[in-house]
Amino acid sequence: MKARAMLAIVRKDLKVVIQNKNIVIPIIIIIAVFFIGLPWLAGLAPTIIHGLGGQVTSLEGLLTKMPAGMLQELAGYTISQKVIVFVLEYMLLPLFLMIPLMTASMLAADSFAGEKERKTLEALLYTPTTDRELFIAKMLSGWLAAIAIALGGFLIYAINVNAAAWSLMQRIFFPNALWLVLVIWVVPALSGLGVSLMVVVSARAQGFQDANQTAGLVVLPIVALFYAQMAGAIFINTSILLLMGLIVWLMTGMLIWLGSRSFRRNRLLAG
Amino acid sequence: MTTVITINQLTRCFKETMAVNQLSLEVHAGEIFGFLGHNGAGKTTTVRLLNGVIDPTSGNMRVLDLDPQVDGPALRARTGVLTETPSLDERLTAWDILSIYADLYGVPKKTVKPRISELLAEFDLADRANEKVGDFSKGMKQRLALSRALLHRPELIFLDEATSGLDPVSAHHVNELIERMARREGCTVFMCTHNLVEAQRLCDRVAILEHGRLVALGTPAELTRQYVRRLDVEIEVAEEQTEIALKVLRSMPQLVLGEPAQPNGALVVTINQRDSIPDVLASMVQNHVRVYRMAPQEVNLEQVYFTLHEEKEGVQ
Repeated sequence: MKARAMLAIVRKDLKVVIQNKNIVIPIIIIIAVFFIGLPWLAGLAPTIIHGLGGQVTSLEGLLTKMPAGMLQELAGYTISQKVIVFVLEYMLLPLFLMIPLMTASMLAADSFAGEKERKTLEALLYTPTTDRELFIAKMLSGWLAAIAIALGGFLIYAINVNAAAWSLMQRIFFPNALWLVLVIWVVPALSGLGVSLMVVVSARAQGFQDANQTAGLVVLPIVALFYAQMAGAIFINTSILLLMGLIVWLMTGMLIWLGSRSFRRNRLLAG
Repeated sequence: MTTVITINQLTRCFKETMAVNQLSLEVHAGEIFGFLGHNGAGKTTTVRLLNGVIDPTSGNMRVLDLDPQVDGPALRARTGVLTETPSLDERLTAWDILSIYADLYGVPKKTVKPRISELLAEFDLADRANEKVGDFSKGMKQRLALSRALLHRPELIFLDEATSGLDPVSAHHVNELIERMARREGCTVFMCTHNLVEAQRLCDRVAILEHGRLVALGTPAELTRQYVRRLDVEIEVAEEQTEIALKVLRSMPQLVLGEPAQPNGALVVTINQRDSIPDVLASMVQNHVRVYRMAPQEVNLEQVYFTLHEEKEGVQ
């Protein structure tokens, strides 16, 4: 495989994407809301409730419905601290997965479908790249961008979480082992899954919007995971995350293998 | 003579439409080969097939001694293609585009910068190298797309409507460049065009395509001889013999078609075919008409094209 040619495609895609408002603006909004807004809202909530004469203890009812594993994790904290740790470390954890998945899906949706729409695909197809190189390079573009955004977002989130909760926690409590496993193990796998799935969809779609509609469906399992955790139906611990990551890596690997074997440039122009 | 492209019974269907229909032809090394046809005649599909970008429904082909279906990447490393639309990312600069494609075509790293500078200067784009392509005029985009196709010094270049949308000066410049590539650098040029005047002037041989089917192949001169039978001939005779000359010409309705015209004193007649010219002359001489000049008017590719087109439409 020609690494130089593949990196050229990645470079081209990233340069184009950075200047695409349809992609950049939603990503900035997501980062602002999720990585900055939510930590401050959750971190300051107990203080605000106290200031308004309310009682955080009313949330204790919700926490008692949580699985035993989670209650064990929260033992030793005051009720205000429990709320912060529960919201910022556990409740938002599945939601965090949506960020790389959505980013990866949006970028991958733009890969072939966006090029078709902008009428830039044909010149690329006339280059000496093989079909496999083209598929993998397109996948890499979305994957690298998604991971960069996830890692950057994680750093922003960590700083804001600790800063927002400092008055109550009085120490740096974030990230814990669970989040490290999430960022290092699960995020790359899930981004890969989203990207490979969407590159396949994008190769068959007529335009970016067409492909992007399908991208929306990719995040549905994560939304389900979020509600399951909220309702106390499951407790995502390190072992579950490791297993989940492994399954997703296997699925990603299989999808890349199938995609790179079945992808043919002649189908992109055969219409 | 080395053959660069050999196409044998090549057919490509898209659902119900037969885009290329049993096409067979050869293109020789170093020639400028014109591929003429109306919109939808199958020109772009043929270029895609010859570069291994789409697969044929049936038939076979060899390009630079490679099979496009099997050796697509190796073949595309040796060909350059100017697509019908410039196919340029408007958010990138001219320099970005050329450097990215230099990597894609495997241009040696050391030569990338000088090669890009050379091409930008050649196509009068050096001052705009760092501007986004979205701000370029249509002509500038076309010139940039052409420089991209030439980046890796291809042995065979496919030009799909190379001068379409260019102003006369730019079009002339591109045509000069095409000639130079073929005549001095030995590059073979496969040129799809609607522009028959351009094809007549530049091409060594042309193929004419109608609805995916090859209807004519040869040098422009061969085609005019073969397909344009009627031709106008200007005859200059002694002024006092004009009436006798007209009588003689009118007496040969099987050779001289219609009524002779008399613009600027000379007689202009339409003769049924080139081979009749000696017979007409002989008849004039036999009738003691002094003929000073007999000049067949030049037939061009445009007449060939329209004759073939009319024949085809007539058949349909």
